[in-house]
Amino acid sequence: MGLLSRLKEIFTGNKPEEPEAAPGPTTVPEPAKAPEPVTVPDARPEAKPAVKPGDVKVEKKPEIEETEEKPVAEKITIGHVHMSGCTGCLVSLADNYEGLFTLLDNYADLNYCLTLADVRDIPKMDVALVEGSVCLNDHHSVEDIKKARENATVVVALGGCAAYGNITRFCRGGQWNQPQHESYVPIGDLINVDVYLPGCPPSKEAIRNVAVMAYLLLRGSDEQKELAAAYLKPLMDLAQRGVEACGCDLMVDVINQSLCMGCGTCVAACPVRAITMEYGKPNIERDMCIKCGVCYAQCPRSFFNFDVMNQFEAIGEAINAAMGKGDE
Amino acid sequence: MVLGNYKNCVSARAADPAILTASQDGGIVTQLFAFALEEGIIDGAIVAGQGDEPFKPEPVVATTVAELMEARGTRYTICPNVSMIKEATRSYGLDKVGIVGTPCQIQAVRKAQLYPMGMRSVPDKIALAIGIFCMENFPYQGLETMVEDLCNVKMENAVKMDIGKGKFSVYTERGAVSQIPLKLTHKFEQGGCHVCLDYVANLADVSTGSVGSPDGWSTVFTRTKAGETIWGKAIEAGYFETKPIADVKPGLDLVTKLATEKITKNQKTLEGRATFGVDKGLRNPYI
Repeated sequence: MGLLSRLKEIFTGNKPEEPEAAPGPTTVPEPAKAPEPVTVPDARPEAKPAVKPGDVKVEKKPEIEETEEKPVAEKITIGHVHMSGCTGCLVSLADNYEGLFTLLDNYADLNYCLTLADVRDIPKMDVALVEGSVCLNDHHSVEDIKKARENATVVVALGGCAAYGNITRFCRGGQWNQPQHESYVPIGDLINVDVYLPGCPPSKEAIRNVAVMAYLLLRGSDEQKELAAAYLKPLMDLAQRGVEACGCDLMVDVINQSLCMGCGTCVAACPVRAITMEYGKPNIERDMCIKCGVCYAQCPRSFFNFDVMNQFEAIGEAINAAMGKGDE
Repeated sequence: MVLGNYKNCVSARAADPAILTASQDGGIVTQLFAFALEEGIIDGAIVAGQGDEPFKPEPVVATTVAELMEARGTRYTICPNVSMIKEATRSYGLDKVGIVGTPCQIQAVRKAQLYPMGMRSVPDKIALAIGIFCMENFPYQGLETMVEDLCNVKMENAVKMDIGKGKFSVYTERGAVSQIPLKLTHKFEQGGCHVCLDYVANLADVSTGSVGSPDGWSTVFTRTKAGETIWGKAIEAGYFETKPIADVKPGLDLVTKLATEKITKNQKTLEGRATFGVDKGLRNPYI
């Protein structure tokens, strides 16, 4: 986490040690994160002893900020497990800028992550964000994904590759099949996945929302747990729906089911502009489709849970409050 | 709850007579966006602009009042406004986006905010979502058939279309009015509308439509804090004439009646889908 606190210093211009301690001191002396130090010492023997001591001190700081209804101060642990992907999903997570720091300060410890957490072996964690598909020819990948399943309470397929294979399969937008793309499988082919978060990459806000909801699900009050469960349910259903996605899902499961009303959401969602609206319905350029699955997931007629959507204003406010409005 | 959660409801019309010359009813959407643009509440608004064919709208990002003025009036066909929502924030670089849409489009906007998988930079930038009352919509070819074959008016000669009092009416540039009973139009409705459970855009910041108010006026609901604040400022600045909804003619009862009709009918359709075939059904989008 040395890198992170350094980044934070750069972004905020503050020394990471004392972020205006004035409003805080009333609340929460409690979060003595017992399990967390376990991972840090693990990593220590590896290298760079010069940076580490600074880190350990930084870890003590974050309990200062506190927002209204956040009685729980015990963080969850999140790991980012990198399979075969382009790292775009990780960049998307990092794109939350100060929001990422808020997440890491208040809600989650990133205990495993390429470049951002100095940990070699996949540790126990609450939430594994898995990016990328699994290369069947690489036994390390296969072992890693199994280990991730074993060690994580919740496995999230982060992005199109983990969920559906996406660009690692025979479907790179407009390109010919390539022999080296023969054996990449979505993680759902090898392990049970709890939550799908499709997209190429999933937006930073989507990752933020899921992280906050995962926190509420695991550490929140009963009411918060219920909300988080309701929020996550459609994404869990997506994980059950299957490991194949395509722009054609709009044809098969929306238009052919007489459900499309021509709102244009799929057009906006498509990361490769493969969709246009022709006379009120989506037209998919299939050679361009990278099969990330986001058009279908984003479609208001793929899932629309009124119990959550009707509370959009309150949930939006809650997320903003949780993030201290520090997003971008 | 057929009218959704709302804070206030009034009957209103735009104070600017220039807007009313070509508005559908009270000119609410144009006037409110114009106000929000002038005040810097929004940087631009996604509206149904002119397309290549008559009465076939294309979504445009309007950043000036002149562009808003060009988009006035209702076109009874699909305009995929949500398709521009990421374009507006990413390509146009808008930080505060206004969008107008039918209830389903506003649902799409809220889903894009809560589950923004493919909606980078969108969730935090929707400043004003205006919903319009909607019973159902027509594909362009359906509308064309209604206007040209049933009403005997060429699309390019029509200047306004309207639905009200049980009739679909087409007004021509030479002042003729051609009407057909609304019943004749039902078969041209798009199928996707028949599962919709929202008549008055329950999830919008502000929703509006002619139903409930006298001719030339619109019924306006304010629903969210943002909607309430912006509407309040617009009233204060004198951008709208308003009357209490309780004092106007058909009033809220008619809105409630039509909303109930739409929702009960479509709820039945939705339930019917589950057992549509023999031991087989069609998908329910709401689970």
